[in-house]
Amino acid sequence: MSARRIFARPARFAAIAPYLWMVLFFLVPFGFVLKISLSQTAIAQPPYTPVFDFAEGRAALAAAFAQLSFDDFRLLISDDLYILSYVRSLVVAVTSTLILLLIGYPIAYGMARLPQRWQGVAMMLVIVPFWTSFLIRIYAWINILQHDGLLNKILLALHIVSTPVVWLSTDSAMYLGIVYSYLPFMILPLYATLSRMDASLLEAASDLGASPRQAFWLVTFPLSLPGVAAGALLCFIPIVGEFVIPDLLAGSNSLMIGQTLWLEFFTNRDWPVASATAVALLLLLVPPLVLYDRLQRRQLEGNG
Amino acid sequence: MARTVTRITRFNMTSLALGLAFLYLPIVILVIYSFNASRLVTVWGGWSLRWYHEFFNDAAMLEAAWMSLSVGTVSATLATLLGTLAAIGLARGERFRGRALFSGMLYSPLVMPEVISGLSLLLLFVALNAERGFWTVTIAHTTLTMCFVTVVVQSRLTSLDRSLEEAAMDLGCDPVRAFLFVTLPQIVPAIVAGWMLAFILSLDDVVIASFTTGPGSATLPIRIYSEVRLGVKPEINAICTLVIALIAVIIVVASFASKLSGARGESAAPL
Repeated sequence: MSARRIFARPARFAAIAPYLWMVLFFLVPFGFVLKISLSQTAIAQPPYTPVFDFAEGRAALAAAFAQLSFDDFRLLISDDLYILSYVRSLVVAVTSTLILLLIGYPIAYGMARLPQRWQGVAMMLVIVPFWTSFLIRIYAWINILQHDGLLNKILLALHIVSTPVVWLSTDSAMYLGIVYSYLPFMILPLYATLSRMDASLLEAASDLGASPRQAFWLVTFPLSLPGVAAGALLCFIPIVGEFVIPDLLAGSNSLMIGQTLWLEFFTNRDWPVASATAVALLLLLVPPLVLYDRLQRRQLEGNG
Repeated sequence: MARTVTRITRFNMTSLALGLAFLYLPIVILVIYSFNASRLVTVWGGWSLRWYHEFFNDAAMLEAAWMSLSVGTVSATLATLLGTLAAIGLARGERFRGRALFSGMLYSPLVMPEVISGLSLLLLFVALNAERGFWTVTIAHTTLTMCFVTVVVQSRLTSLDRSLEEAAMDLGCDPVRAFLFVTLPQIVPAIVAGWMLAFILSLDDVVIASFTTGPGSATLPIRIYSEVRLGVKPEINAICTLVIALIAVIIVVASFASKLSGARGESAAPL
């Protein structure tokens, strides 16, 4: 037996504890979300009537299955509120991801072209805001964007506008907040692929008569597509379910799905509908999640 | 001639500078205004520590801060332990049954919308009849942050030269000792970075904590969040500045730790 094989057995033993932990606290809870999404709302504590109890045995289980309620899902389809928030979430996520790509790519490209010893510094500078509290960074923008905040003061002083502009509670503020918060998530995977690129490829392209622009579009960009995909997924998936940013920065007349779920849960105390909303959101995210999982696995285990 | 293609252009420099300014300016402004003497957040009334004073006399805020620091410490420690074990299993376990499920469970929380994780954990705790408070938030944060620890430690483990641990075993070490004396010292910086990342993520979370906490035990972000919804308050600027300062210290320690052990910078990368 090779050393690798001997090493593998205790390594697998090491995985048992985290495996059980993730099954109990990540996988099993989804079962409860599914179960409660199929139950009826009740004014009780907790506020739902249980669908089935495994302790009651098989016959009870069969009886319970006959009673499964799809009312909550029917509500999701029939009520405009839910459809509209799903659509809005998707539109916001796609738009923000595109903006992030347009802004993040030049930055990552600039980083990858810095002299070697500056690249580490630049990467550190991009990572630090990611480490800084997300809530605080959104709060910082509220400081700037409020009615008599810095932005309006500057605009007024420069005579660009004559009355203060309403920034808070608008979609532009929300997009700004999203782009600001997720920018490091876009830059890092892009930088990772761009910095690993072989510079001699570009020199070859240039020797063969390509202009810098042609070299970029024909060589650099196609080779950076895995980074583009990773960055886009890393931003798109959480943005679809984003709650804090739209809640603090956008207006309240149209909600994203994360806000609808929050409202059903905390304000209306309708746990079944909140669960059904979560199940539907999860179904929506399965394809991008699978793609992301595959990319992540290739990146982390490719050379393993 | 070929050099011109790879040379850094003015466009590259400008986009880099603007990008960094965009990332840092709002934080700098927040910090400056936390030292503002004026009650009005937008009017500059000279330098003062008044709002820091206010915070240290605000019992409810201090209690929330204490709760956050203890949840962060306990959950980051648990997460580092579990995440490192998971990373060892993934990086050294070769193929085993349930591996795809395992890595899927560990990678998807990195991007899973927090409302889903929060809601599902709460429903579990209700079903288990667990009293909600310190421990439920700690378990929730451990579950989320151990995934980040796994990624950080796993990427370090896969980039290591495995011939060292194989040599140790050829010379008669059993796998456990080979791991403890050869592999572990090399991944310490990644483990330290993982702990700090887990602590910071826990200190930052509003959504999952809101779902999993019980009445009367709010974390600092939950308190900050409910204040922020009502508008900007100078005291919040002071609290935020303190949190930023704490995080800055942690980052400096983390980068110092990885420098000290001569590790490559990438071990501190979050993803």
